[in-house]
Amino acid sequence: MRLVAGLGARFAGLLFVFLGVTLAIYLLVFALPGDPIRALGGDRPLPANVVETLREKYNLNAPLWKQYMDYVLGLFRGDFGLDFRGRSVSDQMAARWPVTIALALTAWAIELVVGIFLGVLAALKAGTAIDKAVLWSTIIFGAVPVFVLAVTAQLVLGARLKLFPVAGIEAGWPMSYMLPALVLAVFGLAAISRLMRDSVIDNLRADYVRTARVKGLSRQRIVGVHVMRNSMVPAVTYLATDLGSLLGSTIVVEGVFNLPGVGSLLFDAIRAHEGTTIVGVSVALILIFLITSLVVDALHYLLDPRIR
Amino acid sequence: MTQLRDPAMKLLDSQRRTPWRGAVRRVGFIAPAAVIVILALIALFPSFFASFFGNGDPRFCDLGSSAEGPTRGHPFGFDLQGCDVYANVIFGTQSSLGVGLLTAVMSTTVAVVVGIIAGYRGGVVDWVLSRLTDVFLGFPFLLGAIVVLTTIGSRTIVSVSLVLALFSWPLQARLMRTSTRTVRGADFVRAAITMGVPTYRILVRYILPNAITPVLVIAAISVGSVIIAESSLTYLGIGLEPPTISWGLQLANGSAHFIRSPHMLVFPALFLATTIISIIVLGDTLRSALDPRRQR
Repeated sequence: MRLVAGLGARFAGLLFVFLGVTLAIYLLVFALPGDPIRALGGDRPLPANVVETLREKYNLNAPLWKQYMDYVLGLFRGDFGLDFRGRSVSDQMAARWPVTIALALTAWAIELVVGIFLGVLAALKAGTAIDKAVLWSTIIFGAVPVFVLAVTAQLVLGARLKLFPVAGIEAGWPMSYMLPALVLAVFGLAAISRLMRDSVIDNLRADYVRTARVKGLSRQRIVGVHVMRNSMVPAVTYLATDLGSLLGSTIVVEGVFNLPGVGSLLFDAIRAHEGTTIVGVSVALILIFLITSLVVDALHYLLDPRIR
Repeated sequence: MTQLRDPAMKLLDSQRRTPWRGAVRRVGFIAPAAVIVILALIALFPSFFASFFGNGDPRFCDLGSSAEGPTRGHPFGFDLQGCDVYANVIFGTQSSLGVGLLTAVMSTTVAVVVGIIAGYRGGVVDWVLSRLTDVFLGFPFLLGAIVVLTTIGSRTIVSVSLVLALFSWPLQARLMRTSTRTVRGADFVRAAITMGVPTYRILVRYILPNAITPVLVIAAISVGSVIIAESSLTYLGIGLEPPTISWGLQLANGSAHFIRSPHMLVFPALFLATTIISIIVLGDTLRSALDPRRQR
């Protein structure tokens, strides 16, 4: 019973955050003082009849609460608005999701595998040159903006060394996605390796490790089975938190590598000052982030009896 | 682990002034602090530093030397418009650090006020402020900023900082709330309440000095991520705009011509990376100095 109540409270929390986030977006974008439609036009002034049509399309002549209600109900139906040419933003996103999902999953896999490997390595060699090298490389890569990293990777690994295609997805899943996924993974990878290092070090000092050692278990078994399992929780939880920055960076990375995903739709929309597309795609990405955090939160709650 | 601390540990916590002294003597403090002081001087007196090589005017441009590499008097070469890259990088320090600091000051101020009130008051006030914090935590940082920056007209240092602050305060507010709640239970606070010290005075004189340290450390580190975020937003075309000189703008322009003239990207990137690395290392040193668990 308490389990159900706990999960229910978490869902109620998410619903609240969902309504809050959509209301904040709604107020910031569509209901700001001044003319939101004109602001959506960016640098280009819009003709009067276009403004009137858009006002009608965006329901701006209705009372504020009704506008917001319609907006949220639309979101539930997968309606993220129309672009300036009247095409549905969701339709444009539909064909692009597979690319973005493949990219994000590849990046996650790289983060997890490489991050955990580096973290465990650093922890087992704590205080040595290897530990310091891992720490410094994560700091240095984390200090460079993602687009600089992307352009550099494109030039060095793509154009000069010809290890991977420079742009596009003609080469299919592993090859075309490797370079962008690598760039995308760098930031989370750094965080995961540090989290992993600290939690492995903590766990190595825990009582159960001493017990295991006294029992005569081999070092491989202690580290590989017991310590690893207990240290992975923060790293895996971090993956969900990291989705936020992953979705943000994917805009830049897909843009640079010319991958036809949702991120590059946003990238192109920003360059073309397509205000309504920008807001529609961003809101879709924000909602994905919200829903993922809820699922992870619920999983965490189910798996870890301590936080119940 | 933290909730299992015994009273003796709590007493130790309240006397945690000494680690500051220990931290100040470490290389991990001195080196990054020195870099940051130099950068601050560059930001305050850009013309002095820019004139080292005789071509200190970032707006003096000669299209004839467009995108040329480093030469005598122009150690970092020229950008696409033929302006001196060195002078531009020096003058860009001000706006990049400016956005970082301004954002940190604004978001920390909001976070401290919200966090201290929520943590001290508890009850309904806490519930409302915490839910407000949750809502803004629901935005992925960059995406939230994109949505808002698309809709505002002029993007200056102040307006970009405001938008970035809008999405960076909640994490710090949560931290402030937690540390306020820890301090609230301390004996000296209870004593002050019993003596009838006004709430405002309790908050400012007793709670604030004892609860703010972890928030300040996170705020310092956030300066780095804000500078990176600004440059990414500028690259996307919704950060700072051309009359302003910033590293983000130089990186955005440089990345388009990276293959033929890498110097346009490399030099501003070096400055930016050095800044961020100094901030991260400094933050880490302070954090581990203040956290007894991490001293190993």
